[in-house]
Amino acid sequence: MAAIFTTMALTLGCSSGSGDSAGGNENEVTVKGSDTMVHLAGVWAEEYMKEHPDTTVSVTGGGSGTGIAALLNGMTDICNASRKIKDKELQQCKQQGIEAVETIVARDGIVLAVNPENPVKELTVEQIGKIYIGATNNWSELGGPDAEIVVLSRDSSSGTYGFFQKTVLKKKDYRADAKLMPATSAIVQEIEGNKWAIGYVGLGYAAEAADKIAMISVKADADSPAVVPSEETVASGEYSISRPLRIYTAGEPQGKVKEFIEFCLSAPGQEVVRETGYVPVK
Amino acid sequence: MLLLASASTSILIVLLIFVFLFKEAAPFLRDPGVGELFGTRWVPVSFVRESYGMVPLVCGSVLVTVVATLITIPLGVCAAVYIAEIASPREREFLKPLVELLAAIPSVVLGFFGLVVLGPIVKNVFDLSSGLTALTGSLLLALMAIPTVVSISEDAIRNVPESYKAAALALGSTRLQTMWKVTIPAAMSGIIAAVMLGMGRVIGETMAVMMVTGNSPVITASPLESVRTMTATIAAEMGEVPFGSTHYRALFCVGIVLLLATFAINMVAQRVLKKHRTE
Repeated sequence: MAAIFTTMALTLGCSSGSGDSAGGNENEVTVKGSDTMVHLAGVWAEEYMKEHPDTTVSVTGGGSGTGIAALLNGMTDICNASRKIKDKELQQCKQQGIEAVETIVARDGIVLAVNPENPVKELTVEQIGKIYIGATNNWSELGGPDAEIVVLSRDSSSGTYGFFQKTVLKKKDYRADAKLMPATSAIVQEIEGNKWAIGYVGLGYAAEAADKIAMISVKADADSPAVVPSEETVASGEYSISRPLRIYTAGEPQGKVKEFIEFCLSAPGQEVVRETGYVPVK
Repeated sequence: MLLLASASTSILIVLLIFVFLFKEAAPFLRDPGVGELFGTRWVPVSFVRESYGMVPLVCGSVLVTVVATLITIPLGVCAAVYIAEIASPREREFLKPLVELLAAIPSVVLGFFGLVVLGPIVKNVFDLSSGLTALTGSLLLALMAIPTVVSISEDAIRNVPESYKAAALALGSTRLQTMWKVTIPAAMSGIIAAVMLGMGRVIGETMAVMMVTGNSPVITASPLESVRTMTATIAAEMGEVPFGSTHYRALFCVGIVLLLATFAINMVAQRVLKKHRTE
């Protein structure tokens, strides 16, 4: 009887002591962070678990900032981030004795969409910014006919809202009368029925709705060539309004975490990237 | 005892909701202060300076509600008069459930209908740049309020004592005169209460409004412009807002204002309805 108890205690002691990952279990990988990447990471996890049935990968969102905070606290193995880690966060990492290691796993392109009947086909980043801050109100100022621009944006809860504000609006505020749509599908719906509307959507979504909307070719500045948004131009970095999607780990990834990240960068992993509407990096 | 307990549970829940809302909103009143709420700009996400002025949101909610009420009153009351006074019993049995069925349509379905069907109609009729306007929202909300208004007004009209009508007819009034001069005035407090309850439903409605009004936080009195209501703001922004941030607190302040507004409307409606019953 006593022997049985001793064995049990030993087994318990072993299982709780041996795990080195955040979940306390070497067969469990936790992923947390960017909401933009939740869907992507979720599909990665599913595909990975099909090949490795003994491993559990759990994915949660909460935002890039939340993910980095969790990485700092040791609450997650992997942090998804749709932005670069901030200096302040890097300092916090140093204080904790953690080295945040970055891996770029995919790229995301933001497409400016208009009605196919709109004659305006090219805009500079600056012109787009002016439309969204309210300095440009009429298509005639952009070489189009005399018609008021109907400006569509995502709601402020969308990660894309912030990214777009930073890179295209140059951190200025959106115009007050921009229509804030609750979903990307609503933006596409309005553009389809409104000749003079403009809105932004992710490249994957834009490609799917290609029969309903036209994509604006974007010039980085007035002298640059106009670049059509596509998988190739986003991957090469030629298209201006794009961002890398990153994974951060505490120190060089090891064990199952390393295997998972390697899977993300493998050919099937990058195929998932394409299927979920982002641009592969490999 | 059991009955008392269950009755007080719902009251307790209402009180707890009030306490919770105030608790979450309170830090906002210290920093940045209650004055911030009276600003004219709602810019919760900004690299320059965030502002949490609720004026555009209140303005949006009021505009949408008022226009919806103006559309609801003639349609709802006339329908109620017809069903109560003119329709044959067979017609009534057919019409009333049909009108009440309108209340059973989920608001997200109505919102989708608004986005795809009503929006383009409004855009073409008024020759606008976009169909995402306060008016589109009001039309949808009127559709939602009409069943409430019809149902309660019809009850009020039918509760007018037969003797009133008999007396009016005996004095030589026509049927139409009796209806407009006697029956409807006698049922007026019930009709007003019906309209108020309909308004209560309208001001708290979220999903349909969020889908069709365009959600631009601008201050306007024109129903042909895009507006952002309080409900849509909370629904759209609460999901992603960092817990405990100023923005989070501001949304709770919006919630309090909304709760107080619906509370006031319901109180008035109940008062009027009570007066009507004791008369």
